Formats: sequence, structure tokens, C-alpha cells
Amino acid sequence: MADHAPAAGHAHEEHPTWSTYWKVALFLTIITAVEVSAYYIPAWETSWVYVPSMLIMSAVKFFVVVMYYMHLKYDHKLFRSLFTGPLMVAMLTLIGLLFLFSKLAIKIGLLA
Amino acid sequence: MTATTAPTTAHGDGHSHGDAPHAHGGGHYTSLGLDSRKIAIWTFIGSECMLFASLISTYLIYKGRSPEGPFPHETWTNPMTGEVFKPILNIPVTSASTFVLLMSSLAMVLALAAVQNRHVPKVTTGQKILGSSKLWLWMTCLLGIGFLGCQAYEFTSFIHEGLTIRTNLFGSSFFTLTGFHGAHVTAGVIWLFTLLAIDYKRGLQPEDATIVDIAALYWHFVDVVWIAIFTLVYLIK
Amino acid sequence: MATIAAAPPYTDVRPQAVDNSVWSWLTTVDHKRIGALYLVSALFFFIVGGLEAAVMRAQLMRPNGTVVSAEMFSQLFTMHGTTMVFLAIMPLSAAFFNFLIPLQIGARDVAFPRLNAFSYWVYVLGGLFISFPILFGLAPDGGWFGYAPLSTKAYSPQINMDFWVLGLQILGISSLAAAFNFITTVINMRAPGMSMMRMPIFTWMSFVVQFLVALAFPVITVALVFLQFDRFFGTNFYTIAKGADPLLWQHLFWVFGHPEVYILILPAFGLVSEVLPTFSRKPLFGYPVMVYSGILIGFLGFGVWAHHMFSVGMGPIADAVFSLTTMLIAIPTGVKIFNWIATLWGGQIRFTVAMKFGVALVGMFTMGGISGVMHSSPPADLQQTDTYFVVAHFHYVLFGGSMFGLFAGLYYYFPKFTGRFLSEKIGEWHFWLTLLGMNLTFFPMHFSGLLGMPRRVYQYDAGQGLELFNMMSTMGTLVLMFGTLFLVINLFKSWKGGEPASSNPWGAATLEWTIPSPPPDYNFAELPQVKSRYPLWNMKGGEKLVHETTYAEEKGRHIPTAKELGIVMPNPSIWPLVCAFGLIVMFSGLLFMDTKLMVAIATMLTGSAIWIGSLYKWLLTPLEDHH
Repeated sequence: MADHAPAAGHAHEEHPTWSTYWKVALFLTIITAVEVSAYYIPAWETSWVYVPSMLIMSAVKFFVVVMYYMHLKYDHKLFRSLFTGPLMVAMLTLIGLLFLFSKLAIKIGLLA
Repeated sequence: MTATTAPTTAHGDGHSHGDAPHAHGGGHYTSLGLDSRKIAIWTFIGSECMLFASLISTYLIYKGRSPEGPFPHETWTNPMTGEVFKPILNIPVTSASTFVLLMSSLAMVLALAAVQNRHVPKVTTGQKILGSSKLWLWMTCLLGIGFLGCQAYEFTSFIHEGLTIRTNLFGSSFFTLTGFHGAHVTAGVIWLFTLLAIDYKRGLQPEDATIVDIAALYWHFVDVVWIAIFTLVYLIK
Repeated sequence: MATIAAAPPYTDVRPQAVDNSVWSWLTTVDHKRIGALYLVSALFFFIVGGLEAAVMRAQLMRPNGTVVSAEMFSQLFTMHGTTMVFLAIMPLSAAFFNFLIPLQIGARDVAFPRLNAFSYWVYVLGGLFISFPILFGLAPDGGWFGYAPLSTKAYSPQINMDFWVLGLQILGISSLAAAFNFITTVINMRAPGMSMMRMPIFTWMSFVVQFLVALAFPVITVALVFLQFDRFFGTNFYTIAKGADPLLWQHLFWVFGHPEVYILILPAFGLVSEVLPTFSRKPLFGYPVMVYSGILIGFLGFGVWAHHMFSVGMGPIADAVFSLTTMLIAIPTGVKIFNWIATLWGGQIRFTVAMKFGVALVGMFTMGGISGVMHSSPPADLQQTDTYFVVAHFHYVLFGGSMFGLFAGLYYYFPKFTGRFLSEKIGEWHFWLTLLGMNLTFFPMHFSGLLGMPRRVYQYDAGQGLELFNMMSTMGTLVLMFGTLFLVINLFKSWKGGEPASSNPWGAATLEWTIPSPPPDYNFAELPQVKSRYPLWNMKGGEKLVHETTYAEEKGRHIPTAKELGIVMPNPSIWPLVCAFGLIVMFSGLLFMDTKLMVAIATMLTGSAIWIGSLYKWLLTPLEDHH
């Protein structure tokens, strides 16, 4: 009665190759270089676009490392939930705390 | 039929393993066919997200709230002594150390691949280089130590320039946040050296891929936390 | 590798004697034994915490009492809270996690047996670390919530709060390790056919709790690290003069603290969800809803924390947001109450002691929930906060809720753990005295609270209308002490002398009742194949056959040993204990930072060497012998 169906959970059926790895490394390097350059370009650094662009670039780097180097793209879906859940709770807590300490604010009409 | 035999059992042979699919190292049954250690490390990483989120939150909450300098991005003159403190953070050096840490993740990924593909025949020199787990574990460790060296240099120069963990809120939150991160890197380096020792002793076989994988996951996570810290602490004024 | 009680009572053939040596207990990695260790330690600390409360009640019996000084009173309320939360309720829940989760999912043990033992040893050594100072009048005295800046060196210069800061760090390690262990166990070690939605509710609630632990404890770790660094290394996290915010501690603490209270209640909810169906001979009403509400409570629990801070001046928007989320969380909680009632409705009720505690939880928790939802309104809370009204609320939910649920679980599962029933007769005394005592102690606090009696005061003046209520509470405490005495008597008498139990004396439905009482060390001779939520209740055509086994029919049956079945058991190991010990030594070193720096450093280095060295031994030793 032993069920010998191939284990669905066994990762490594899809495997990134050396090609993927060095491309990811190059991509990370380029984004980092762009980030650091932005710091030194006054027009960018002083504009309102600076902080969002920085956050987006870091988020992209984060995402790429997690999906490719940490394999989440190729692994069992369980790991995606196991990571995303806590990550969401962490992000929401951080954002909540920033609001509570007046580091972030939303202007809604007459309310500050 | 008594209640104790109501749930039907798969086999009468009484063996604890080999009686179900998804048999894993040691042959124990698992519900999902995954290695328990991998599930545990991801859970640990989830927990660490909250740890670093709290540390980063505190840094951001206290940003700009130190009544006295030195400050990260601005010059400050001590009103009592007249001493001038230039902005403490050194972006060029930290950019270099960030790059070093990112490259260590590449080395780590190659080390894991080398262990997984140990028995794949290698023909070209390029393949042989890529396939050496010892080489890539060494590279990861050295790059990690390189990062720590840059941190050590940074910290000591900050202290020389007048910023210690006790000086002000910036000092306390900065050194605690980056110190915790550095401690995690250090633990990772020790872990990787242990794997290297095993590799020298008996060679890391494809069956060992999981223990290398969990070390790798930890290592990449520590890198990813640094991505967040570098942006939030260094690049955003 | 042994069972808990003496040799199983019903084998005529005496197998090799059960190893009950001290060494076997120090090196055990068996989840059932670890569960027993947690149970005994937790009950011990429950009594310690209860005595701390009793002294406080003696002090508060009359106006301007003189039983203890103000300083000692501060130590008492701090330790009462710390002990009950971290050393009694959480470990009592852990006793059940340990004992039950593998059995309920059809596994042989948890995912990481040595890590499991490690969690226990860290808890017990940490518990002793934080408890023994009271014998020298040096116990932590800043409240169980240790608000900074009061807990910083500027305002608490003595060593008392050092024990608190370090002790909680230590206990946090224990809980976190257990969380990683149980999450992995539930995800990866369920028997074939046991899908997530077929798991018993206790396992589900415990699963949610482990996530709460994994996500909440790091936050208090950070808050404590900041306090630790302030106290020992002179940092400025809570130093107002350096620009620190007095609310940072409060926010970080309560981001942990609110999920913590769900950590305290959900296991009890899970236990009651096992007890009520069995003694109603009906499946739990609305199983999926019970699961989803548990998950929702866990998730929403991270979004309500600042309702502990309505009086600090966060502003109307923050107050409104947290008021809303707090009211929202009452919904999934209330849903559970209705589902339990619906489970009882139309059932064939058997009022065993376990059932009495379970039903009492439904009532008492509802009362505590009502006062809780009253706090969710900031204007109302401004009147209630920091008064005895809050004390009434949380004792109804923690005693009437958590403890009653845990007692229900104790009476229900004691036969399974030990092979012997707790005496129902003595249990009745325990139950009624506890129910009466609990209400007599805490109900009057609603009134003294609304009359304005503040929390944490060691004296109150006469003539404010508080005398009667305080006297009633103290009398109630006496009744509670007698009730607890009956519990202790019951445990002592029944451990070896209780009526022997069979595998399924209650006629329950889940996997743990399919194996002998107490279970053999390998739990299941063969991995069960699970086909339904209630494996032991045949559900064909709506008929439910509930088969209660009897001792008579099982007596004399041979229970094979692991060896006979060819099952490889994990090897016992001393390393978890040594590693735990090294950790405690390392943390203790910090106590000497101010006075004897070289001693501090030497102690920390020694402790580090011990835990790192034993960790290497542990990790490099395989868990099982390979064949």
C-alpha cells in the first residue's frame, strides 16, 4: 500500500543555474551602485522622490535575494507562507509604531 | 472491534520508517515530504524579522531626536566646548562593505550548489572551480570576515570621532542595531567555518545539502537585513 | 526511554523495569516525560505565585495594613504577576503541548526532541533564577511589565530589576525554542490522512499560539535588551534627559504583551474544545469556525496593543484605531463562546470534574470578556485603567479562563498521562472551592475598582467604601487556598494510588485515546491512517458510536516494547541540560557588572564556553543510533 508517488515537496527539481546566480549578483551590484549614486546627486537626494525610490530599490534587492538566493521561487509553497506571514506582521508593526511616534502621517482633509 | 484498533494502519510490519512516502534522512515519515530543519530555519527567520523590525523601528523613532550630536548626516558643534563633529557616517566605506556582503551571498549560493552537485562529473576548469564547495565556503567566510572588518573599522573610527554607544540616542540605537546585525554575521561565519571543517574532515556530500542549505538561508537573511539597514540608516537622511 | 508512571498497571508480564532514575529524567528527550516535568514545575510555581498573592491579600484585608512594607509589597505584586504569567500558566500550557501534540497528530515525538528538553531546562533554571531573590528581599519590584524609565538604574538602582531583565530574557529563549519546535512538528509530522482541518482543536490552537510566541517574544527581547544595555552599559534608550521617549518601552512591551495574553488563553480554549464534545457526546459545533476564529484572534491580537495605553495621551486618532481593533477582536472570541454552548446543546451531558471546569470557563471567561470589552472604550477606560476594575477583568479571564481550562485539561488527560484517574470526589471539592473562591476574590474588585481603588497600592485609607470589598477578596483567597490544597491532595493520592484507567475511559474521539494509558515510549506501534476528524467515533449515517474502554477489558494485555517492534528510539542526552545551564551562567555574569567587573567577565566567558561547547556536542551527536 506504500504510495510511491514522487514527493511533491521535494525541491530542487527546478534549479537555478550558475547563469542565474551571477546575473542576480550583477543585478544587485547595479542597484546598489544606483542607490549610492543617488545619495550623491543633490537633485535626486533632496527631492520628494528620493525616499520612495530608495525604499523601492531596497525592496527589489530584498525580493530578488529572497526569491532566487533563498530559493523561495523554487521551493514548496509552504515556505512562501511561512516567510510572508511574519514579514507582513513585522512590516505592519513597524509602520504602526512609526505612526504612533509621529514619524509618519497621513493628511486627511481637516484632520492632521 | 475495540476502539484501539479503529484507525486502520498502513502496515503490519512494525517498522518505523520506510512505510510511507516522503521518507527522509533517517527514514521518518513526514506529512509534507520536507526536511524538518528547513521548516525550522524559515520559522526562525520569520521570528528574526520581528527582532530586526523592532530594532529598526527604534532607530527610526529616535532619528533626529538626540538633543546633542554627533549626528549621522550633519555637522554638529558642541555649544559648550565649541568642538566641531563632522557627520559620522562614512558612505563610501559602508557601500564597499555592503557590496562585499552581497558578494558573499553569491559565494554562499555557489557553495550550496557545489555540495548538491558534488557527484556531477566536471570537465572544464570553470566547472571544477564552480564545483569546489571548499573554495566557495572559504570565499563566503572571507567575504563575511571582510564585512565584519569594515564594521570594526567603522565602529572604531566613530568612537575616535566622538560617538560611542553611550553618547546619545543616535549612538545607542545605531550601535545596538548594527551590533546585533554584526553579531548575527559573526555567528554565521562560525557556522560556516564549522561546515568547512566537516568538508575537510569527511567531505560534504549531497546528503548534507540540507545542513548547508539552512546555513545558507540564515546567511542570506542576514544579508537581506543589511540591505534594509544600509538604506534606512545610511542612505536616507 | 520510559513511561511516566510505574510499570503499566495492566501487564501481567513484567517487562524490564521502567527506568525512573534521576539521570533518566535529566537526560530525557521523550515529550511525555518533558510534559510531566513542565506540569510538576508549573504547579509548584503556581503555588508560589498563589502564596505571593495570599500575602498581598493579608496586607490588604484591612485599611492601612501592616503585614508587609511597601517595598516588599512591590516585590510581591511583581513576582506574583511574573510567576503566574511566565512560570505557571505558560508552562502549564507547555505541559499539554508537549504531552498532547505528538499524540494528537499521530507522531512518535516532536520534530526536535533535544531542543524540546532544552526548552524545559532553560525554563526551570530561569524560573529559579528569577524566583530565588525574593528569599533575600531582592526580588524584582517594578511590576511584571517593568515600565521604563522606572525600571532603569536612575529610578531602580538596586539589583532587583537586574534579575527581572535577565530572567525574562532567559525565559524568552525557552519559549522561542519551543515555538520553532512545535510549528515544525505540526506542519511536518502529522500522520497520513491528518490534514490541517482534521487536526484536533487543541493542536490547532496550540499551533496558532506558537506563531504568536515566535513573533511576539522577539519584540520583548528587544525592549529588554534596551533596558539591559541601559542598566549595564549606560546606553540611553530610556534616558529622558538624552531625548528618549517615555513611551518607547510601553509600546514595545505591549506589542509583545497583548499577543502574550492570547498565548495564555488559547491553549485553555483548545483544551475546553476537547473536553466539552467528549462529555456531550457530540462533535464540536462549527469546527471550521473555531479554527478560523482562533487564527483571527492570533492575527488581530497584534493590532490591539495600545489599548493598554489609553491614558498616556496618544491622541484621538490612535485611541480610536486601537479602540476599534479591540472591539473587533471581541467578535471571534464571542463566536467561540457560542460554539461551545451549541456543542453542549442537545448533548448527552456527563458532569465530570473536567466538564465542570470546562463549562465554568465558558461562564467565567464571558464575565471577564464583558469587563474587557468595557475597557475597549477609551473614555470608559480612563476611569477603569490602573484600578482594581482591571485586576478583576484579567483575573476572570486568566483564572476563570486559562486556569479553569488547564484544570479541565488536567482532569481529562491525567488518566492518559499516568494511567490513573484523579479522584472525582476530591476533584469536586477542588472545583467548587475554586469556583466559589475565585468569584469571592475577584468579583468585589469590580466595585472597589470603580470606586477608585488604585492598583499596586500596599495600603488604602478607611472610609472610602473599600473595606468590605477587600475583606471579601481576602476571604475568597482563603477559600482558593483550600481549593488548591484539594488539588494538591488529589495529585498526590492519585499519582500512584488512583483508579487505573484504560486507553479511552471517557469515550473520546481523537488519536491520543487509541493508545494505552500511559502510552508506551514509542506512542504508536504503527502510524495511524486518519480518515476523519474524529477517528474513534464512527460517523456512518450520522450514528455516533462512542466506545468507552474499561480497565477490566484491557488488563493483562501485553504492550510490546520498542525493541520488540523494531522501533528505533531517540537516545537520551545530557547536553540540553548542560547547554541550558551554561546559558544561565552566562546571563548571571551580568549581575556582577557594576560591582566586580572581572568576576562578571569571567562568569560570562565560562557560561559561553559551556553552552557553546555543549551545543557542538549536541549537534554533532546523532539523535538516534543508525542501524
